Amino acid sequence: MKLSVSALNSYYGPAHILFDVGLEVDAGEVVALLGRNGAGKSTTFRSIVGLVARRDGQIVFEGTDVSKSPTHAIVRGGLGYVPEERRIFTDLTVEENLEVGRQPARPGAPQWSKDKLFTLFPNLAEMRNRPGGRMSGGEQQMLTIARTLMGNPSLVLLDEPSEGLSPKIVEQMAHAILTMKKEGLSILVSEQNLHFARLISDRTYIIERGRICYSGTMTELESRPDIRDAHLAV
Amino acid sequence: MSFYIVQFLTGLASAASLFLVASGLSIIFGVTRIVNFAHGAFYMLGAYVAFTLTERLSGTLGFWGGIVGAALIVALIGVIVEMVLLRRIYRSPELFQLLATFGLTLMVEDLVVLIWGPDDLLGRRAPGLRGAIDFFGQAVPTYDILLIVLGPVVLGLLWLLFRRTRWGVLVRAATQDRDMVAALGVNQKWLFTSVFALGVFLAALGGALQIPRDAVNHTMDLRIIVDVFVVVVIGGLGSITGAFVAAVLVSELNAFGILIFPKISIILVFLVMAVVLVVRPWGLFGKPEAAARQTPGLSVRPWRPLSSNERLAFIGALIIAAALPLLGSNYALIVGAEIAIFVIFAASLHFLMSVGGLASFGHAAYFGLGTYGVAFLAKFLGLPMIVCLLIGPLLGLLGAMLFGWFAVQLSGVYFAMLTLAFAQIVWSIAFQWVEVTGGDNGILGVWPAAFVATPARFYWLALFVTALSVIVLRVLVFSPFGYSLRATRDSALRSEAIGLNSKRIQWTAFVIAGTFAGIAGALFAYLKGSVFPDNAGIALSVDSLVMVLLGGVETVSGAVIGAIVYKALSIWLVSYTELSKLVLGGMIVLIVVAFPKGIAGTFGNLVDSGRLPFFKRALPRASQAEGAE
Ligand SMILES: Nc1ncnc2c1ncn2[C@@H]1O[C@H](COP(=O)(O)OP(=O)(O)O)[C@@H](O)[C@H]1O
Ligand SMILES: [Mg+2]
Repeated sequence: MKLSVSALNSYYGPAHILFDVGLEVDAGEVVALLGRNGAGKSTTFRSIVGLVARRDGQIVFEGTDVSKSPTHAIVRGGLGYVPEERRIFTDLTVEENLEVGRQPARPGAPQWSKDKLFTLFPNLAEMRNRPGGRMSGGEQQMLTIARTLMGNPSLVLLDEPSEGLSPKIVEQMAHAILTMKKEGLSILVSEQNLHFARLISDRTYIIERGRICYSGTMTELESRPDIRDAHLAV
Repeated sequence: MSFYIVQFLTGLASAASLFLVASGLSIIFGVTRIVNFAHGAFYMLGAYVAFTLTERLSGTLGFWGGIVGAALIVALIGVIVEMVLLRRIYRSPELFQLLATFGLTLMVEDLVVLIWGPDDLLGRRAPGLRGAIDFFGQAVPTYDILLIVLGPVVLGLLWLLFRRTRWGVLVRAATQDRDMVAALGVNQKWLFTSVFALGVFLAALGGALQIPRDAVNHTMDLRIIVDVFVVVVIGGLGSITGAFVAAVLVSELNAFGILIFPKISIILVFLVMAVVLVVRPWGLFGKPEAAARQTPGLSVRPWRPLSSNERLAFIGALIIAAALPLLGSNYALIVGAEIAIFVIFAASLHFLMSVGGLASFGHAAYFGLGTYGVAFLAKFLGLPMIVCLLIGPLLGLLGAMLFGWFAVQLSGVYFAMLTLAFAQIVWSIAFQWVEVTGGDNGILGVWPAAFVATPARFYWLALFVTALSVIVLRVLVFSPFGYSLRATRDSALRSEAIGLNSKRIQWTAFVIAGTFAGIAGALFAYLKGSVFPDNAGIALSVDSLVMVLLGGVETVSGAVIGAIVYKALSIWLVSYTELSKLVLGGMIVLIVVAFPKGIAGTFGNLVDSGRLPFFKRALPRASQAEGAE
């Protein structure tokens, strides 16, 4: 088991957001966390990497409980996080953005170099010295993923990677994610876009109002239009 | 002509140290978002430690080793300060960070005197650089040439550090989004510590490099910090290039200002700063801040007018206070009058700071203007006391109108730095314009009229004016104007959206606060019988901040309680210990770290928890209930 989350409860100030969330990701798997806007997908991810001030529950990553660890230590352990808001360093160039993400190689995780990432995202190769602030949304989305991969993680959390992208870029993105999977990376990806999720993932969880309400393989979900209509905006 | 060139070169040489200190401040602010008030103290420590090291070590190597060694030692002290103090307050409101680092400054001042003594120390000259170069008949010290070269060299080195090293890239990334840097696996703690160490190193180096030029003494911290604040306000906080350009600009203005306005050279700097602020409020090279962080006064339990029981308590306290002359000695009455005056002063700052969300670090300016207003009227025009008391504070009002207009263009730390610089300008004018103000000798013989000439009567007068002022300010808090002001405090954007002109409201609040400070100053002049530049000094500005803080920033009546406790305590402290700054500074740090709600805030929590039933609030009726939102 790569990642196992159980009985996760999270709060923003007095507001209780996640209720006993549990999910698992196996090595080499791509798992989709589906749910409507505001369901709690981003909060789940932020809780896993320790960016939510108040949370409790168990988060076991590669056999170690990281629920008490600080964010940087969790990430250094090989758990990469790609935020929904992308959070590119706009004053830094593409290369410098990648530099911030760089971490030593990790045994048992795919290794990435700048050149390898420029092959994965050819658009980025053409703008190595461009400041992050002067890139299109799609380019920023690629950069934010590449930046996290520079840390040579063994698992990445991708928060809505297709959000706000043109169909053509979405296709490139799906292709990149499948390449990452082929390299041996485990991926937990959150999505509202079911078509996109179907392209890339093996298994899925559905979250609604902070609770996991369905789990199964992608094929099983295909055969349950009732569930899809009840919990997802199509 | 050559004279002007030499003057220009002298200016450039002075710019070097100023640039080092200002760039250090900017770098630290960029990443930690803390305006390190203690930066002047580190500069001063650098000079003192370098003085000692260069005395001990001989030869050229010894001298330069001593300079760099001093900067390294002070940087190490900085690391300890960061780990012990700053790490606890990174998430605190800006005001608390400024105050904590200011408390540190106070402590260092006393420690320095304790270790090195109160007298000026003349440091060693740099070996091999003692002479001067002849420049068309004018002498330019060789050491100045070295400093002139050093400035751009350091700028270049910093540029390389931030552009060409991984550490530099991480720091620039953290300047923009420190949480994201952590989310990429970088340990922020050590990044912050190393950034702080670099900033302190630069400040200490700046101080150490001054010893061949200037005597080392224990007031150099405040002198440099004011200049540095002016530099970063002009150059833009967070920009190293801005720090360089503005340091040169300010130094040259000082060098030539002496020629144009020999008496009040600071005026020129002020004029330039004013122009920059109007044209580019974030400084020449600065960027507009993203949303400023919470100002104090937000997470408040709802404010409400006094309940009838509380009114009774207030009147009771007033009656007890008025009975003091029946019991106390003359000394007690004089102390009592002074405390009453400081209640007005603290309440006026509270109005600006807690109600308006604008933490002024130079509120003493308007207090000082009030004292001089009275002194001018009484001494030059010979007007009777009542008239002086009524008109004198208007000088505070005028000063607040002028400075306030500029100040409210900014917010947060910029506002704090700017108000401090303004206060220093008032102080400098009082200090330098000897013909009018008497300079350091002050204006003596401002005596009260016969009808309040006894301590008891003067005390009653002070108490009366204080009660009146506090009531007026409190009525203002709950007036429509007070509501508008709180709306601008809580969200400038939202209040603009409902049609409030937030700048104008804040300006009005500034003027009101300045006027009441002027009233306090006017009374103070008569209490002391004399007026001095220190009536507008930084120490007094900080006193007022501590009084509000001690009482509780987030309460309505904290300032009154804070002023009474603080003033009584400090009068007692000064008479019992030589190290009052050390104790006071330690107290400020302690309040910020351990006791941020202050006395009244803590009292309020007790009331809420039901442990003090007499003050229990009635269930708020609709007309009274209103939260911070
Ligand atoms: N910083 C925050 N503070 C308070 N509430 C938040 C914050 N971020 C998200 N929420 C709330 O938490 C819930 C879950 O949000 P989120 O995890 O962002 O959902 P999703 O990513 O599935 O769209 C929403 O109701 C949202 O309003
Ligand atoms: Mg989301």
